[in-house]
Amino acid sequence: MRSWVVLFIVVFVIWLGLSWPIDIQHILAGIIVSALVVYFMGDMFVGRVNILKRPSRYLWFLYYIPVFLWEWLKANIGVSYKVIHPFVPIKPGIVKVRTKLKKDISLTLLANSITLTGETLSVDIDKENGFIYVHWMDVASPDTDKATKTIVRKFEKILERIFE
Amino acid sequence: MKLNKLMRWLLGLIILIGVNWVILFYPNNSILEWQSPLLKYSFLILFVCGMFCLYRIFKGPTAADRAVALDILGILVVGFCVILGVVTKRSWYIDIAIAWALQSFIGTLALAKYLEGKNFDE
Amino acid sequence: MNETIGIIFIFVGIIFDFFGCLGLIRLPDVYNRLQASTKCVTLGTVSILFGLFLFNGFSSMGIKAFLCIGFIILTAPVSAHALAGAAHRSGVKLWVKSVCDKYAEDKKE
Repeated sequence: MRSWVVLFIVVFVIWLGLSWPIDIQHILAGIIVSALVVYFMGDMFVGRVNILKRPSRYLWFLYYIPVFLWEWLKANIGVSYKVIHPFVPIKPGIVKVRTKLKKDISLTLLANSITLTGETLSVDIDKENGFIYVHWMDVASPDTDKATKTIVRKFEKILERIFE
Repeated sequence: MKLNKLMRWLLGLIILIGVNWVILFYPNNSILEWQSPLLKYSFLILFVCGMFCLYRIFKGPTAADRAVALDILGILVVGFCVILGVVTKRSWYIDIAIAWALQSFIGTLALAKYLEGKNFDE
Repeated sequence: MNETIGIIFIFVGIIFDFFGCLGLIRLPDVYNRLQASTKCVTLGTVSILFGLFLFNGFSSMGIKAFLCIGFIILTAPVSAHALAGAAHRSGVKLWVKSVCDKYAEDKKE
């Protein structure tokens, strides 16, 4: 039941953003529409409500945002340099990295972070054994442990404290 | 048949350049209001980016290349809509941008399923 | 003042868009192209939308631009992930000078 309330609040906030100048008619229509959406969706999206209670998770999330943005900007400048270089100095390959995360949402955010930062692109996730296959533009070493240390560690530490 | 395909691409290219010319240099335009020449240059550069994507769709050796270029073109159109919204000061361009981003995401997922050779039900 | 900063954000975003599309043409195989173009074009479009937000402030357009930023950041890597997996499973080869391919080795067993 509580997951329904959380989903209702999320959908209602998105509705308010889409019809911004706040008005009594928009609020009434939004309540009806979001109640319908929540009734049809059920608890498909929000599974564990208990993780919303502890405030340290929010602080770690606030710390995650600037780290992610800075890494993203650095990766863009590196890729732009490689693209405009006349000889295109790349050494691509697919390596395998190990991860300790288990839950769906943290795996999704980890794969998104891998894709948007660094010179890496996540190709497939093996959820049972905890492996992620990563296409790397500039392979430093094809060994699993060293690649894990370079690619995953920085975000895994933060995401573990947020969602696990 | 080959010549026919080339002719159709050339015709589309000419029409696109004509539309772009009208938007940029139409003499007494009352709707458009370019706040800065940088916006004009950015519109031109975005047009060149779209041309690059179309080149990859035309040339790409495999089907996956074409799907990638189509995905990138879908994100670029959001940028087009935003710049038109800044220039014309109509607020519904951003609605088109949101709807286009959603539709492009779903279309790319369907294309990926199709490339794998699965059914859409799985 | 806000408008000047907005125009600068829009122009920087356009420059990153251009580098992403240049990578779409210059890089040798599907995975490299997907990687460069997804990173650069996503950052470019997010920067353009942030410029629109600076232009309009907290009006209806600004709030919608903020929603669109969150939406694009969440969905663009997911579609890149789906396309990369589909391309590898449908049998597109890596570039000739690639170093290693652990995924194909693991899939054979």
